[in-house]
Amino acid sequence: MANPQLIMYDEEFKQINVVIEKLLREANAKVIFLVDKNGQLITGCGETERFDTTSLASLTAGNIAATGGLAKLIGEKEFSILFHEGEKDNLHISIVAGRVILVVLFDTRSSLGLVRLRVKKASEELASIFGRLMQKSEEKEKSGDSDFPFAEITDDDIDNLFS
Amino acid sequence: MSFINYASREINCKIVYYGPGLCGKTTNLQFVYQKTAPEAKGKMISLATETERTLFFDFLPLALGEIRGFKTRFHLYTVPGQVFYDASRKLILKGVDGVVFVADSQEERMDANIESVENLRINLIEQGYDLDKIPYVIQYNKRDLPNIVSVEELRRELNPTNVPEFEACATTGEGVFETLKAIAKLILFDLKKGK
Repeated sequence: MANPQLIMYDEEFKQINVVIEKLLREANAKVIFLVDKNGQLITGCGETERFDTTSLASLTAGNIAATGGLAKLIGEKEFSILFHEGEKDNLHISIVAGRVILVVLFDTRSSLGLVRLRVKKASEELASIFGRLMQKSEEKEKSGDSDFPFAEITDDDIDNLFS
Repeated sequence: MSFINYASREINCKIVYYGPGLCGKTTNLQFVYQKTAPEAKGKMISLATETERTLFFDFLPLALGEIRGFKTRFHLYTVPGQVFYDASRKLILKGVDGVVFVADSQEERMDANIESVENLRINLIEQGYDLDKIPYVIQYNKRDLPNIVSVEELRRELNPTNVPEFEACATTGEGVFETLKAIAKLILFDLKKGK
């Protein structure tokens, strides 16, 4: 089924960044990204400016989707952890709370064991933040209390995007 | 589904170009890529075979500008059109906000068009979407070729619900931005309605 829309608020965004920055330090990683399963980059930390983060997000989501398809074919629900080993850099990719993807890029200064250990702990913290986030959006939707910026959008606003 | 980030004031939406093999989905994206200012686009990624047939998807991120202080980003994807890549097509439809169906106007591709529209409808249902309810436009591509079917006939076969439709020639770019603009508009209005 289609995932509900992901809405990120300031408060949770800050909490998430605190968790991944801690993970970056503790796992001795180079870069960490959080990506929506649909391929949209949520946030990142570390040496992010060295990478094309948008493409990375889209390909990671494609990767997860493809391996998810493989998993279903052999009767698994999903493969929750992927590991790609390179000559210098490695990618540890895992699914958090069933809907977001945590990507950890690390080199020889760290190790797979350390990354796995730290990712596990951080995933629990992230899962609880995303749980709260989903609850918050649902509550806001129910109460009709939405500060949605597009409520007042006009034809002209959209036309201007293309001018 | 779109991703709204209040912290960084961004809205991200996903558009998928669907259609039979060799109908011009990748060409649409390539034209958009060529004609977009460098600061508004990211890198275009094509996961293709050595003969330039799309294997998994093409991807082009576009930043169109701001609406009411929110950066508006569209992620354009194509699917592999060849029939046997159906498993990949399903994956790419995940989280889609709007669909562009690119039809090949040539007579001999009519059956392939019809099959592809049906495949789109079925694959969307599997992902929990209804083609009649999501933002959807049709592009009749390759209007410059000699052996083409009339727009009336294409409409009758492919567009029974009368969604916005555009004639195009993706290699020269005719109709490409009109199509993109129309789907972007439908998605943004859909977002507005949803709230």
